[in-house]
Amino acid sequence: MLVDIANLRVTFPTPRGPSAAVRGVSISLGAEKLGIVGESGSGKSLTARSILKLLPGNATLAADRLSFDGIDILAANERAMRAIRGKRAGLIMQDPKYSLNPVMTAGGQIAEAWRAHHKGSARQARDAAMDLLAQVQIRDPARVAQAYPHELSGGMGQRVMIAMMLAPDPELLIADEPTSALDATVQAEILRLMEDLVARRGMALILISHDLPLVSHFCDRVAVMYAGRIVEELRAGDLTRATHPYTRGLLDCLPALSHPQPRLKVLVRDAAWSA
Amino acid sequence: MIDVVDLRVRFGRVEAVRGISFAVARGASFGIVGESGSGKSTVLRALSGLNDDWTGRMAIDGQALAPRRGRDFFRRVQMVFQDPYGSLHPRQTVDRALSEPLIVHGMGDAEGRILRGLAEVALPPEARFRYPHQLSGGQRQRVAIARALMSEPDVLLLDEPTSALDVSVQAEVLNLLADLQERRGLTYVLVSHNLAVVAHLCGQIGVMQGGELVETLSAEALRAGRTSHPHTTELRRLSTELEEPEGPITL
Ligand SMILES: Nc1ncnc2c1ncn2[C@@H]1O[C@H](COP(=O)(O)OP(=O)(O)O)[C@@H](O)[C@H]1O
Ligand SMILES: Nc1ncnc2c1ncn2[C@@H]1O[C@H](COP(=O)(O)OP(=O)(O)O)[C@@H](O)[C@H]1O
Ligand SMILES: [Mg+2]
Ligand SMILES: [Mg+2]
Repeated sequence: MLVDIANLRVTFPTPRGPSAAVRGVSISLGAEKLGIVGESGSGKSLTARSILKLLPGNATLAADRLSFDGIDILAANERAMRAIRGKRAGLIMQDPKYSLNPVMTAGGQIAEAWRAHHKGSARQARDAAMDLLAQVQIRDPARVAQAYPHELSGGMGQRVMIAMMLAPDPELLIADEPTSALDATVQAEILRLMEDLVARRGMALILISHDLPLVSHFCDRVAVMYAGRIVEELRAGDLTRATHPYTRGLLDCLPALSHPQPRLKVLVRDAAWSA
Repeated sequence: MIDVVDLRVRFGRVEAVRGISFAVARGASFGIVGESGSGKSTVLRALSGLNDDWTGRMAIDGQALAPRRGRDFFRRVQMVFQDPYGSLHPRQTVDRALSEPLIVHGMGDAEGRILRGLAEVALPPEARFRYPHQLSGGQRQRVAIARALMSEPDVLLLDEPTSALDVSVQAEVLNLLADLQERRGLTYVLVSHNLAVVAHLCGQIGVMQGGELVETLSAEALRAGRTSHPHTTELRRLSTELEEPEGPITL
């Protein structure tokens, strides 16, 4: 098992005592693609970031088991975590602007990420960067390698980000709403690209999104989160057979080209879902 | 209600909108779809008076629009943006945000109008003295809509109004927009990259690509696949495949 999580809890202090944002989440993941879906605030990012111990300073992390490739994350020190983050497990966030260095060219950043994990000359690192840009299907890698982040469109920036995360040959890629800011065409292209690369390299992928049908196209399994818990887990192909009323509600409230409705269904929440 | 003829907008040497025309009847909704960068927001900004560097003809209610608009125009035509966080001042309470248009347009009975405004977008009265960061994304978008309605406009220009919201909140905001339109006879231009959202709210839809309006068709024609431009066909195919939870995606 690459990732093994049992009974994960993430809590924050509040004036009224500790408040749990993630409440007893369990996930085990091999070389496969897991989608985590749910509304904003449901605990998706905190769950995924717990694997990298990248949590806000005021968060308290607890679990019965939290391991990455057998390494006990709860017990690991900062140095051990640095050997995992960005090397064995990469994180791709919604806005590449926050993750790319604004004063370094795209090619330079990818080469640097490559050298952090491979021994090789500057020249080999440059060649590897070009190769990675080509792998993320950038048509003109030589030009993009010379570009600074602000010169790239949203979709292009996201491809550069993926190339950078792939450079050290990680075993796990966590993509936290990687395409929410992009339009449908670019979004589908980027997700398809990640799906292909992950499959080809035998990596694991955690894809976080609030778009349930979208995620189901690119993952093997989908975990649906609500108020800090996984309320339902499904094989991606079984989405239409979802039974939890929250999952059904998420599917029902989407407008669809193929099924016109005079009025959209809204989600009627049940206190029992967050009990 | 809205007539746009051969609208062109340039940014330096780039022509972002390249001669587009459309008309919207009073009380109707016109949707604009297209990929990012196709010029959708630029059309709305020219129409709303946020950009005065354009050529062509635009008229609202038969009155031709000059590059610079008068106060009455800004009363009658209001805009709502994707990110209500960006359009609401972080240090202003909801009360301030809703009062401002009343002051600008010299409208009395602020108390009554603000309370009715909150109720109309289904916000609780307690929301009145909150700051934007104390509200959820959906509540902030309701505030932005309430503020746009304060001056009693005839036209709402909506730029990706639900793109930043959770799907459950999107459904509530789209239902709200439909109710408001029916109640007030508003005319909408709705911009979105989501075809299903646009087809849900709008009878007529314009498809933009590279600054041009490549096709205008009815929502029924779009749903039924009676598209004539290849770009429309392509956008529709992808959208239909993605909304089905099963089945392949072909890019
Ligand atoms: N720094 C923080 N301080 C206090 N509470 C926080 C903090 N970060 C996150 N939370 C709480 O954790 C919940 C889950 O957050 P998150 O995992 O980011 O949700 P998601 O990614 O599903 O939108 C939020 O609703 C919020 O209440
Ligand atoms: N203020 C601006 N200055 C220069 N170029 C701009 C400006 N605003 C938009 N553009 C350009 O105009 C084109 C259309 O942009 P926009 O209308 O925002 O597209 P959309 O809303 O369809 O995503 C893009 O190529 C964009 O880069
Ligand atoms: Mg998140
Ligand atoms: Mg836009």
